[in-house]
Amino acid sequence: MTLRIPHVIADAHVVAKRNIIKIKRVPDLLVFTTLSPIMFVLLFSYVFGGAIDQAGGGAAYREFLIAGIFAQTVIFGATITGAGLADDVKKGIIDRFRSLPMAPSAVLTGRTLSDVVNNVIVLVVMSLTGLLVGWRIRGSVLEALAGFGLLLIFAYSVSWVMAWIGMLVPSPEVVNNASFIVIFPMTFVANTFVPLSTLPAPLRRFAEWNPVSSVTQSARELFGNIPANTPEPTVWPLQHAAAYTLIWSVLILAIAVPVANAQYRVSTSR
Amino acid sequence: MWDQGPSLSGMSEAIRAQGLVKRYGKVTALDGVDISVPTGTVLGLLGPNGAGKTTVVRILATLLRPDAGEAQVAGVDVLTDPAGVRRKIGLSGQYAAVDEYLTGFENLDMIGRLYHLGRRASRVRARELLAQFSLDEAADRPARTYSGGMRRRLDLAGALVADPPVLFLDEPTTGLDPRGRAEMWEIIQTLVSGGTTLLLTTQYLEEADLLADKIVVIDHGRIIASGTSDELKRQVGGERLDITVSDGNRLTEARELLEPLGTGPATHDHQRRTVLLPVTGGATVLIEALRRLDAVGLRLDDVGLRRPTLDDVFMILTGHGAADPADVDVRRRQVVR
Repeated sequence: MTLRIPHVIADAHVVAKRNIIKIKRVPDLLVFTTLSPIMFVLLFSYVFGGAIDQAGGGAAYREFLIAGIFAQTVIFGATITGAGLADDVKKGIIDRFRSLPMAPSAVLTGRTLSDVVNNVIVLVVMSLTGLLVGWRIRGSVLEALAGFGLLLIFAYSVSWVMAWIGMLVPSPEVVNNASFIVIFPMTFVANTFVPLSTLPAPLRRFAEWNPVSSVTQSARELFGNIPANTPEPTVWPLQHAAAYTLIWSVLILAIAVPVANAQYRVSTSR
Repeated sequence: MWDQGPSLSGMSEAIRAQGLVKRYGKVTALDGVDISVPTGTVLGLLGPNGAGKTTVVRILATLLRPDAGEAQVAGVDVLTDPAGVRRKIGLSGQYAAVDEYLTGFENLDMIGRLYHLGRRASRVRARELLAQFSLDEAADRPARTYSGGMRRRLDLAGALVADPPVLFLDEPTTGLDPRGRAEMWEIIQTLVSGGTTLLLTTQYLEEADLLADKIVVIDHGRIIASGTSDELKRQVGGERLDITVSDGNRLTEARELLEPLGTGPATHDHQRRTVLLPVTGGATVLIEALRRLDAVGLRLDDVGLRRPTLDDVFMILTGHGAADPADVDVRRRQVVR
């Protein structure tokens, strides 16, 4: 109540710093952050990319895939938020935080902010791997940065959903299982790995309005990775992919931030 | 508990709680607990698992809201100004809440920053505490590599970062080996000699006896006795006759035989096959007791006259040993965790 705004920021920064230190110390996190992105890029490029190759798509198709892999990986990265929080609750760290005169909201804010840093590392690793397998940015640097920015913003909003789940369920394992059930269909029933035209009609309808499709589409456009013979999108979300992505991100944040913080208060004061 | 004269009001009481009640569904974890800790003293909150000790600490440390009752810590109201209370307290929990992937230094530095001590002061304080707790050599190793005793010391150091006037230690030695426990006791004794007010929970009677100025015995969410260690021992009577029978099936028989010799009701413990009886008269009673038992052919494994320990106090007050896991505890934990 007597806490001023700078305290909230300073406290969130301290919490975020702590989580970032952990990226390099916790083997699971380090693998999640560095090795699995490399693996995803290589596997998807050569397993899926190879299949499309025979149909004549060629290297252009590999390039098409990259933005989808980026989108999927940063969204999966958001699960660290939930698992990390659940782990903190389990280990009593949250109790320690709560006995300190810090801003209560800094716990979740710091957590989600450190996951942005994590996703930045993930994107750098994946981009470098992508460049090795033939992916190129064909637009301007600014456009490319905007593409990365949209991926990060959308993933950040998903982090808050995961923060809510993390406070809701009792263990890190449950967070992972619960979130995968949602995230797998979200990231696969989309234009991440295949052109929407290949999907059956009901799935295609879902995919067209799925924000994962729009964030992928906007990154693809901003990287200049839309294959030359691709037909123009026919639905509004994909025609205005960046705007649609931002609308979703803001909407998710507007709901998830207060809900996650409320859940934090409920779950930690038992 | 009820000894506050006019001089014991306001700030001379560092911790004051009245009528604390906390329920978890149908289980009542706390059923009207009053606590008063004069500034600069140590209160030992003694009880078995699930008695409600941790619940009391969590309420006073603002982690939990009671369903009824009120409390002030360092003159600040726990319910209306929890943030104000947090500035005055240090809490070290039952399970060392240190981040195992951060180094000892990083853990304390982080806590200092969250107390808003500032960057420089946090670092200085962290190094100071690490030295004080003999952790300076391990300061830059992740806490994951620490022994149980080291982790506990680091956790305690965390509670002391802001040099709080009031300290809560929730079972500070549970799970430590005897050496770790002795080290911890020494640290706590040094601490309280510096004038810190301490509320300590423990299930070890020896610990409360050694560290606390006053002891409150709690069981099933209720205070069942309070006073100094000596007062509690007096409550039990002077000496106690302590016998262990060879045949556990004849325990009740032994109890009935001995009871008339005592100054109060006897208690028995099936697991240890013991009967405890408050007595006066020393050796005379002992001889008479042996004569009676021998007459019916009751064989003994052990017999003795003992000055009461707090363990006995607990036995007599609650009817079960301090180490007995109360069944309520199991249910409560299922609700909480």
